[in-house]
Amino acid sequence: MTDIAVIDYGMGNLHSVSTRLMQAAPDLKITVTSDPAVVAAAARVVFPGQGAMPDCMRELDAHGLHKAVLEAAYTKPFLGICIGLQMLFASSEEGNVGCLDVLSGQVRRFAGSMTTADGERVKVPHMGWNRVRQVAAHPLWQGVTDQAHFYFVHSYYVETADSSMIAGTSDYPLPFTCAIARDNVFAVQFHPEKSGADGLQVLSNFVRWQPVSWLARPRRLAVG
Amino acid sequence: MLAKRIIPCLDVNAGRVVKGINFVGLRDAGDPVEVAARYNKQGADEITFLDITASSDNRDLILHIVEAVATQVFIPLTVGGGVRKVEDVRRLLNAGADKISINTAAVQTPQLIADASSHYGSQCIVVAVDAKRVEGPGPAHWEVYTHGGRRATGLDALEWGRHAQELGAGEILLTSMDRDGTRAGFDIELTRAFSDALSIPVIASGGVGNLEHLVDGIAQGHADAVLAASIFHYGEFTVGQAKQLMAARGIEVRL
Repeated sequence: MTDIAVIDYGMGNLHSVSTRLMQAAPDLKITVTSDPAVVAAAARVVFPGQGAMPDCMRELDAHGLHKAVLEAAYTKPFLGICIGLQMLFASSEEGNVGCLDVLSGQVRRFAGSMTTADGERVKVPHMGWNRVRQVAAHPLWQGVTDQAHFYFVHSYYVETADSSMIAGTSDYPLPFTCAIARDNVFAVQFHPEKSGADGLQVLSNFVRWQPVSWLARPRRLAVG
Repeated sequence: MLAKRIIPCLDVNAGRVVKGINFVGLRDAGDPVEVAARYNKQGADEITFLDITASSDNRDLILHIVEAVATQVFIPLTVGGGVRKVEDVRRLLNAGADKISINTAAVQTPQLIADASSHYGSQCIVVAVDAKRVEGPGPAHWEVYTHGGRRATGLDALEWGRHAQELGAGEILLTSMDRDGTRAGFDIELTRAFSDALSIPVIASGGVGNLEHLVDGIAQGHADAVLAASIFHYGEFTVGQAKQLMAARGIEVRL
C-alpha cells in the first residue's frame, strides 16, 4: 500500500517533490499517481502542481481525480503546494473558474501597478525567496525559524475572510496568505521542495504529522 | 520582503561546464553536477544551465544532467539552449527543470512563448534576450541577436522584451553582448531600461568582473536578479561573499 500519494494530473514537474519526500521519509512508499484508487488508499496525500488554473482544473477532471482529491482533503493528512493550495478555494480570477471549494475564499491576481516603499516597481510573477511569517503555531512549522525564506513563483494568491485558517503570511508588498491550516489540510503557496533545508523540514514534519481529520472533528450538534 | 537573487550560470557543452569570452573561445570549468552542488552549498538562489552544445548528437545529454542535478540540488533550476518547441519545454520540465529559457526559437516563432506559457504557466517561461548596443545618434537602443549571438535580427531589444511579456513570458534573462566576458560590469543603462519598462522580473547578465558589479546591477540597474558565471567558476568569489556585500549595502538577500 502507498503511504504517500503525490497526485499527478499532468501539470508540471513532480520530480523534485517526490525526490524530496523520499529524503524526508526514506522508509515510506511514495507513489506519483494519476489513479484515483491509489489516492483513495494512500495514508497521506500531496497535491502539487503548476500551470494555469483553467488547465489544472480541466486536467484534474480529465484524469478522474476530482472526487479523490476532495475525499482526501476531508479525511487524511493533506499537503497542498502552490496551485495545489489555490485549487482548494472556491474560485480563481485566473480564467474565472470554479475550483474545489474545500476552503472559503478566492484566488486573486497581484496588482501589476504596485510599488514598494522605495518606489520600486513590484514585479508579477512574485518570483524568488521571500520571508514567511508564522502567524499561527502548527506542527508543520516545527524546527523552522519564523521569517525563514522560502521559494515562491506565482502571480495569484489566496484571500480568505476566515483568519482562523491562516498559518503563514508574506509581504509583496502587502501581506498575503501563503500558508493555510485546517484540520488535516496544510497548504502552502511556496515550494518546500525547492526551498533548501527549511523546505525539507516542512516536508519531514508533514510525513510524521497526525492531525484529526475534518471528518473526525468533534462537532456540536444542533439540538431542538 | 522579496530577496534579490544571485544566480550562477553554467554554460554546458557536451556534458561539461564551459565559459566563453564574447560568446566564443571555451574553457573547461568542471562537472555540472559538482559545480551545481557547490553553488547550492554557497547559498545560490537559483542555478541556470545554458546548453550550448552545437552537435545534435549530444542534445539529450542536458536532460540527463538536469535529472542528476535535480536529485541533489533543491533550489530552482532554469534550463535553456536549443529549446525549439513546446515538446522540448515538456521534456525539460519532466527532467526536473523549474523554468525554461527560450531565445532563438522565441524570436523565430513568438507564438511558442504563448503556447508554452498558456499550458505550463508564465512562471516557468523565461525569454532570454541577447542585446547589443546600436551605435549612433539619438537615445540609447539595443538590437536583439540570436543563434548564440551570431545573428542580428533587426529587432529593437526593448520592444521585443515588451512583446515577449505580452505573449506570456514570466521573466527576462537579459544579456549584454557588449559586456559578456569583458568583466567590465553590467550594461546598467540596458538593465535599467528593461527593469523599469517591464512588469515581469528581469535577470541582469553579461560582464560581471567583481562583487560590486552585482550590487550595481540591482541598485543602479534595478534588476530583480543578477547572473554571473566566471567570477564564481574559478573560485575567485563565492556566492556567500556576494550576498554579504549586498546585505551590507542594504539589499535584501537570503543569507
